[in-house]
Amino acid sequence: MVRALLARWKKWRSSLRLLQPAHVDPGRAKISIAQLGHRYANKVVALHDVNLNVRTGEFVCLLGPSGCGKSTLLFALAGHVEPTGGTVSIDGKRIHGPGPDRLLMFQEAALFPWLTVRGNITFALAARGIPRDERRARADTFIRRVQLTGFEDSLPHQLSGGMKMRASLARALAVDPAVLLMDEPFGSLDAQTRVHMQELLQSIWMRTAKTIVFVTHDVQEALMLGTRVVLMAPRPGRVVRDLEVHLPMPRSMEDARLTEMARHVRRLLRHFEVPDSEHPTPPPRRALPARGLLRPSPLPSR
Amino acid sequence: MKKWAQKLGMVALLLALWEGLSRSGIWSPHLFPGPMKVAESLVAMAKDGRLGSATLRSLGRLSRAYLLSVSIGVPLGLLTARVAFFRNAVKPVVMGLQALPSICWLPLALLWFGLTDAAILFVVVMGSVLSIAIATEDAVNGLDPQLARVASTLGVRGPRFYFGVLLPGALPGIVTGLKLGWSFAWRALLAGELLFVSGGLGQLLTMGRELMDVPQVMAVMVAIIVIGIAVDRVLFQTVETRLRRRWGLTATV
Repeated sequence: MVRALLARWKKWRSSLRLLQPAHVDPGRAKISIAQLGHRYANKVVALHDVNLNVRTGEFVCLLGPSGCGKSTLLFALAGHVEPTGGTVSIDGKRIHGPGPDRLLMFQEAALFPWLTVRGNITFALAARGIPRDERRARADTFIRRVQLTGFEDSLPHQLSGGMKMRASLARALAVDPAVLLMDEPFGSLDAQTRVHMQELLQSIWMRTAKTIVFVTHDVQEALMLGTRVVLMAPRPGRVVRDLEVHLPMPRSMEDARLTEMARHVRRLLRHFEVPDSEHPTPPPRRALPARGLLRPSPLPSR
Repeated sequence: MKKWAQKLGMVALLLALWEGLSRSGIWSPHLFPGPMKVAESLVAMAKDGRLGSATLRSLGRLSRAYLLSVSIGVPLGLLTARVAFFRNAVKPVVMGLQALPSICWLPLALLWFGLTDAAILFVVVMGSVLSIAIATEDAVNGLDPQLARVASTLGVRGPRFYFGVLLPGALPGIVTGLKLGWSFAWRALLAGELLFVSGGLGQLLTMGRELMDVPQVMAVMVAIIVIGIAVDRVLFQTVETRLRRRWGLTATV
């Protein structure tokens, strides 16, 4: 009995060692988000006082339940949403609108249905001003990298869901943005294809060391892919934990340490999701009164 | 196969009914000839070249007017969908004029252009250009918002956005609009041709009426139906089906 408890405690300790709070110097960050707040026109507060710094080459997973503002945060990074407060800077420069240094990937593959797989990539390359004679070779390189060789001339509707996503990934990688933003890109895939895509993305990230911000609500996925996992909670959308995942890559879903970490993270998420009144003991940190959070006043008056 | 049998069976039934009615003698055989008489008249007209030359004339006129309609209607629809001024100011005018049947333009056209080809061209263009513009606008507005967003994140803008994303994305809808515009143009053309001497299929109809040659009238009507079906089914249907297949809009691959 005692031994079993001790073993569990040891495991818990080890998962804590693998998950450590991240401290990033804002001055040296690639992406720097400061006091970001966003309130939609219907007064819903999607984000409240979000601070996040991402270093070059990091794979950051934004993790949280639906409604925690993780997609809004990603869209603000992409420039598709103009936040109502705070700043987002990349390389020290404030961003306004979409830019060539960032690329957003959606939950759907969003390929142009009238273009072939290769056509989709060369069209994107043309938009980024790549010379005509380079486009085709570059497209084929990335088609090979996502293992779609033989489907260069297929139309999107002829491909399966996973293949479409791979084509979309090839298009994003070929454009070669400094920062790749992904909004639950594997959310619509079946479980097996999802695992394939995660492994593929991991191997590509290990090769290219691209800065990736990845939104997901799947705890296992976040721990499998991310060098950092940022936990978010809803009402209002905020960052509650910023953890570094010290587990060597390539990782495997079957890894017991990963499962243990996932349990720990789930416990944390559950803790922040339920209203405070249901908790007899206050949360260990950052327990802010809910009433004050629901109506953050952007005005410095009073 | 069964579908075809039913179709042909229906046509045969109608022909038999027609023949029976004309033989029953309720109406004078001069006013209500049977299908055989009509077929004879059709063959006769085809043989002496009247039908062929009239068809060529009508279709030539139609294609000129239709090309004009398309080259005005598609850009107009595109502008209406994308430019605020056109949406606010030009669209109500287009919608208002659309309520006017195209043949109502003919008196004005005759006064402006006289008894010329230009008058008929004008009527046909007025009859089809607005419906093409409205269908194009609809198709552009109906562009998948996902594609617009992905174009924006990929940095596709300017002419590349218009010709590389907007037009191809709206193309299936535009083709449907072109089909609609064609049928409007075909109607307007024949209405216009009926009303004054013009050397087209409409004139053959009028001639038949003036000579009390009912078989000729009916024969030309049959010819008009056949040409209409041929263009609609063969030309537009093929283009539309291919397009929808390539765009992945049909389930069958």
